[in-house]
Amino acid sequence: MTMLNLLDQILTDCSRDGRISFYLTVEGEEGAVVGSAAGIEPDDLTFGQYRESCGILLYRGCPVNSLVHQCYGTASDTHSKGRQMPVHYSSTEFSSVSISSTLATQVPQAVGAALSYKRARNGRVSVAYFGEGAASMGDVHAAFNMASVLGCPTIFFCKNNGWAISTRTSDQNNGDGIVSRAPGYGMTAIRVDGNDALAVYNATKAAREICIKESRPVLVEALSYRCSEHSTTRYNSRYRSEDEVEFWKQNDPILRFKNYMQIRGSWDDKMEEEWMEERTSIIASALKEADALALPSPENLFTDIYDKMTPRTEKEMAAMKEHLRKYADKYPLEKYERWD
Amino acid sequence: MASKGLRVLSTGLQPKCSLSYRGLFQQLAKGGTVTIVSKRSCSYFTYVPEEPPETAGEVRQMNLCQAVNNAMEIALQTDPTAVIFGEDVAFGGVFGATRDLATKFGKDRVFNTPICEHGIAGAGIGVAIAGSTAVIEMQFADYIMPAFDQIINEASRMRYRSGNTFTSAGLTIRAPSGGINHGAIYHSSSPETFFTHMPGIKMVIPRGPIQAKGLLLSCIRENDPCIFFEPKILYRSAVDMVPTEDYMIPLGKAEKIQDGSDLTMVAWGTQIHVLRDVAKLAAEKYGITCDIIDLRTLNPWDMDTVANSVVKTGRLLIAHEAPYTSGFGAEIAASIQQECFGHLKAPIERVTGFDTPGIPHKFEVFYKPDRWRCIEAVRRLIMPKAIERLETSVGYI
Repeated sequence: MTMLNLLDQILTDCSRDGRISFYLTVEGEEGAVVGSAAGIEPDDLTFGQYRESCGILLYRGCPVNSLVHQCYGTASDTHSKGRQMPVHYSSTEFSSVSISSTLATQVPQAVGAALSYKRARNGRVSVAYFGEGAASMGDVHAAFNMASVLGCPTIFFCKNNGWAISTRTSDQNNGDGIVSRAPGYGMTAIRVDGNDALAVYNATKAAREICIKESRPVLVEALSYRCSEHSTTRYNSRYRSEDEVEFWKQNDPILRFKNYMQIRGSWDDKMEEEWMEERTSIIASALKEADALALPSPENLFTDIYDKMTPRTEKEMAAMKEHLRKYADKYPLEKYERWD
Repeated sequence: MASKGLRVLSTGLQPKCSLSYRGLFQQLAKGGTVTIVSKRSCSYFTYVPEEPPETAGEVRQMNLCQAVNNAMEIALQTDPTAVIFGEDVAFGGVFGATRDLATKFGKDRVFNTPICEHGIAGAGIGVAIAGSTAVIEMQFADYIMPAFDQIINEASRMRYRSGNTFTSAGLTIRAPSGGINHGAIYHSSSPETFFTHMPGIKMVIPRGPIQAKGLLLSCIRENDPCIFFEPKILYRSAVDMVPTEDYMIPLGKAEKIQDGSDLTMVAWGTQIHVLRDVAKLAAEKYGITCDIIDLRTLNPWDMDTVANSVVKTGRLLIAHEAPYTSGFGAEIAASIQQECFGHLKAPIERVTGFDTPGIPHKFEVFYKPDRWRCIEAVRRLIMPKAIERLETSVGYI
């Protein structure tokens, strides 16, 4: 959680510097993300919205420089080959499906994956993450209904963090959060304090048991608060007060977990100092590496559209290559890997 | 027979009587006979069966719907991960395309979903992401629209956006499309160009049973997500002797089904059969012969086959049911005029559905690009000097 928080802070600074084009953080919600990641197995397929993916990947051991490369869009971006905005991670190694910006589209996909796992009897579940705002989308209704009717081992993990950009929950829905919808679909659900990482861990673990043993979906609603802006664009002062944000910062999940560890004697200030120094150094080295790298070759504009390149794309690619040869000085080719 | 019995003309599935049902029963009660005469051909086109390849082994008579069913059966037999789902597919589907598959392969492989196209599409993508094969049905192509977000923003983009780490390769979406004389606004759509405009997904439309089976199997096994539109008017009226073996027809390749030297005609699906009739008419009326090209795959489309033909003939007629503006004919026309400009003897003609929001029920007979509108386009193509640009003040239809 601290690594996540630190990485978030540093990459936010990078976006303000212009080193990366965009960033969004999960500040204030680290408990929900990391607690849930801990409650599932490493090969359970996660379908994130966009805010959770970083925490899940870090928890599962994804190297920091891999994430930084994606944000920078370098030639070492294995998540998207420079094609996606920052934070749109994708990893088969760490079982985290490619992030798209469209809200809630991942939720019915998690249902399909679970269907496949159920047939294969491979003991895996799928986990769909979404916020209370995205829960207004039709895809979430579609997924809840289908998963329940078809009996799919899917955990629907809703992070109710109070805000969807500038829209508070009272303008988003008129029921009792998201958990109240579950009985309407014949689905089991639990509401948990999203800022208590251990509670989230326990709830997610219990949900997973039900999914696997009984082949049916479970909805987990984690109540939390989005301390951060929605993303790098600063709107905060226009729709909520500083006091509100400060109030919730007292309920910080990292602070609560740290206090718990300290009381149990597993953590102290000295350990924290060493830990944070090491984390900072890892991140700094990842940034240095990314700063020094070129962007991927322009050839990557044309590849991976289909399994095999079509004649049309071959023509386009050849024409563009020729165009870049002729107008080389009009394009920032020095920033990219050579296209031979 | 005619004096003793009552001949009841049957077009399609429902017998139509010139007498009322009461009259029918009265006739039967008198000890008379009732003969139902099936009239399978449609006045819009005549289906000419395709000959099976010489190398084909056992063949069986199948209509287009049965051929689709056979392809899915083979897919389920050969791919243990394959599942079929959608609305009402378990009992066989509203057209019978999935008939008997649930019985043969079990409810965990062929099953109904709630009424929810975006859920069906999303789940289909999820099955594909998990490494399995999903053949999903949209009950009518008109109802594919709720799934548009999943198809465009997810299925088509998955491989590209993820740097080839995840794909929707295992997904095939099937839907009945096109006019059927009475489908009207919401059961007649040909929405192919909404999807041909999206790189990352393939669009395939067969003209008959032999084609449908081979192309659908290719779609299901293709390492890319595919949409397969089945011209519903051909479900019963198109009948071939179809090879029973497992065979595939490659995607991305057009087929020239008729050779000629004076004019190139391009279409897909039902319209191919209209053009066959037009080519015959053109031979009778103008003494010309035509290349007829079935695109089969619209995205990616085989421009070379069309261009090679146009270089030879210099004249191109494209016909499709979908509306004129932004119809796939527009793409073909723009590309071919660029590739073959110097060879063109006349402007490229497109005979299409009109720019209306759907095929209107009672006006379908006027809406469709029938042989009379097509033969007029042929006339304009072969006699460009005779065209009076002001001949019709409202332009060409």
